[in-house]
Amino acid sequence: MKKTQLYLLALLISAIGLSWAWYKWQVLQFPLSPREEVEVWSIEARLEFQGNGGPNKVRLQLPSRGPGAVPGFAVIEERLISRGYSEQVTKSKEGRQVEWVVRRASGRQVLYYRANVVRDTAPPVEPGEPRVLTPPELSEAQIAAIETIFEDVKERSADIVTFTREFIREFIAEEPRDEARVLLDGLDSAEDRAQFIARALAIRNIPARVLHGMSLGEPKSFQQLSPFLQVHNGQAWVVMDLATAEEGLPENFFLWTRSPRDLLAVESDKRPKIEFAVQRNLADAVAIATRRTEVRSENLVKYSLLGLPVEMQGVYRILLTVPIGAFIMLILRNVIGFKTFGTFMPVLIALAFRETKILSGVILFSLVVSLGLLARFYLERLRLLLVPRLTSVLILVILLMSIVSVLAHQLDIPVGLSIALFPMVIMTMTIERMSIAWDERGPGTAIKEGVGTLIVASLAYLVMTWGPLEHLVFVFPELLLVLLGVTLLLGRYSGYRLLELFRFRALAREREAAIAKGSVVPHGGTGGTPPLGDDSKPAP
Amino acid sequence: MMNPFTIAKRLREIGLAGINRRNADYVLRWNPRKFYPRVDDKVLTKQLAIEAGLPVPELYAVVREEHEIEELHAKIKDREAFVAKPAHGSGGDGILVITGRRGAKYRRSNGQLMDQEDFEHHLSNTLSGLFSLGGQPDAVLIEYCVQFDPIFDHVSYKGVPDVRVIVFRGYPVMAMIRLPTRMSDGKANLHQGAIGVGIDIPTGLTRRGVWGNEPVKEHPDTEHSIIGLAIPRWDELLHIAARASEMSGLGYVGVDLVLDKTLGPLILELNARPGLAIQIANGNGLIHRLDKIEKIATPDPDPAARVAFSRREFPTL
Repeated sequence: MKKTQLYLLALLISAIGLSWAWYKWQVLQFPLSPREEVEVWSIEARLEFQGNGGPNKVRLQLPSRGPGAVPGFAVIEERLISRGYSEQVTKSKEGRQVEWVVRRASGRQVLYYRANVVRDTAPPVEPGEPRVLTPPELSEAQIAAIETIFEDVKERSADIVTFTREFIREFIAEEPRDEARVLLDGLDSAEDRAQFIARALAIRNIPARVLHGMSLGEPKSFQQLSPFLQVHNGQAWVVMDLATAEEGLPENFFLWTRSPRDLLAVESDKRPKIEFAVQRNLADAVAIATRRTEVRSENLVKYSLLGLPVEMQGVYRILLTVPIGAFIMLILRNVIGFKTFGTFMPVLIALAFRETKILSGVILFSLVVSLGLLARFYLERLRLLLVPRLTSVLILVILLMSIVSVLAHQLDIPVGLSIALFPMVIMTMTIERMSIAWDERGPGTAIKEGVGTLIVASLAYLVMTWGPLEHLVFVFPELLLVLLGVTLLLGRYSGYRLLELFRFRALAREREAAIAKGSVVPHGGTGGTPPLGDDSKPAP
Repeated sequence: MMNPFTIAKRLREIGLAGINRRNADYVLRWNPRKFYPRVDDKVLTKQLAIEAGLPVPELYAVVREEHEIEELHAKIKDREAFVAKPAHGSGGDGILVITGRRGAKYRRSNGQLMDQEDFEHHLSNTLSGLFSLGGQPDAVLIEYCVQFDPIFDHVSYKGVPDVRVIVFRGYPVMAMIRLPTRMSDGKANLHQGAIGVGIDIPTGLTRRGVWGNEPVKEHPDTEHSIIGLAIPRWDELLHIAARASEMSGLGYVGVDLVLDKTLGPLILELNARPGLAIQIANGNGLIHRLDKIEKIATPDPDPAARVAFSRREFPTL
């Protein structure tokens, strides 16, 4: 009964830890391994226009921010560069825009907008109520032409989406028919054609709008925004590619704006120039995932370890590996059957090894402990009481450590300096315990246990400083819940320890011999059958 | 060499209990924490035993404070032999056996002479908690030094051999006698090199022995056979063990007894986490026997009936 409860609890805790980690990995896209890099595009819009010497106002439509605002991408950073202009970013239903204002501007003016963009999997949000645009002004010939086309298109289509598709096809065909040519007359740019198609659909009361965006697939230094058509089919907005008449956005399409306003409007200059430059870089995946998460919800980052100041993060990077070290101790003690000085002492020594590195750590540790032991043996002869003796050993340990550091510094051995990170109280206790073991059980046992402690510490160190693991517990601290679950399960492990098998092997051998002879002795003395199905688990 | 899985399987068949099993299924389940002081504090154990009318070595003095150490010499000047042991000691650590004197010096059981200053230093170390778990301040018991039964003369090297009985819910389950060796420095502790000899519960005869982790037939120092020795006053011994476990309140307990030449069986101490080597000494596992006792709904209140049950059911094979 109690065991079931324990299993359920362990399962629950592990499941919570795993699913939270999975969410962070899959949805928030935190990387599982360190030094993983992700693509970051920096997009720069360069605005150039002539000032007329008087007050000037410049308006630029900007990409939306917020979860899912740009399908497939997220703007994690943006900067406005405008010397002398004051700026104001406003948000409306149609999108975001920035307004630059200046009192006096003359000559060539250059303003910049820069944005850093990363991939994001947040479900896209399509804002905006469906609205039927104003139909275009057409000549009589054109009205006749468009009616003919509409009739034909209607024959070939079933709903709004297919109607729009067929309508677009009329204009992008290699050899457009005469009616289409009449309509396209004077519409030279893709932009104009897009606006015309969107408004033409208004004649049939189809809500439509033109989107602007660019492909991030192959970064170019000069890029223009290309228009896309969006129609509302009664339930949702559907995007149509004006170049292919296909439904949906092409891959790597970065939606700049949905606003029907002009992308760029400058009061003083009717023909302002705008150029886009896209650059693709690789950046640290954790940093990017953090920024991406911030775009979704600030609190997700604020109330996580990534929201701490950098130096605190460094501390937690180390602290979070301590449970792993402790878990290794648990395995080594309860499943393997190792004996060490103190329960978690090797973990603390392993922490100190982080700074000294393992080889010099072992050497420094052995050096100080053996010198301390010598001192302790001498103090023994003075017959000091326990606490004064411990205090004296502690003082000596610190003096020894400082001497080692000074000497190492003079001899240009840099590792000597990091010895100060050894927990000296722990070392003092080690010395005391070792000397008792030395007296009581002989030097052999004491040295064996001391060496055993060092081996276990080194093992814990190797695991605790293994880069991928350190990264994993820092970025996904919830994985420690899984560790807790396994620990709870191991808490009821009542099977044999590995070293016990070795200890009791003589008995097993006897039993084996008895079986071989065919004279299996009955159990417990009363001839009962051996309870083979007892609940102890098989040995590891 | 057998593979670990076969070893585990064979060990399960003979019902061998490992440390994890002992802790999880017996110590944690049957030994309420609140009763631990009754066995951890030897002064308290002794008091309880006396109240229950169980035989223990006579207590000469208790030293609790540093300044009492000096007064001790006068207090025990009439005692030729005595034992000084930490009240919270474990595993036989810190026990000082004084068998005689030479002038102002004390003679230890291993023949060494110890001057007063050495003696005082040892006691003061004990008071500071050198031998107690966690190093908490301790007390020292000065008590009667057991004159052990001559039957064990050929099979022990100095020191006092003691009998360990595992008692589960008041029923004696398994027993062994621990014989000191030269290696164990006269201490009856298996970790320190004493021999464990399994005792057949129905007959009180020794069956087989273990030294370290290997079976032995003779005492390594005296070369006398350790097999087939009859433990004197065996039934009485089992009785005392059964009643001692009642007094402790612990369900799973190891009772350590000695056989005094004149006084008979005496309780030395109780242990809330008795070791597992007793199984090697007996060549039998504990689990099958413990299972049998767990099936009993309510243990018989009469210790004699419980001892009779054990003597019927638990022969060493």
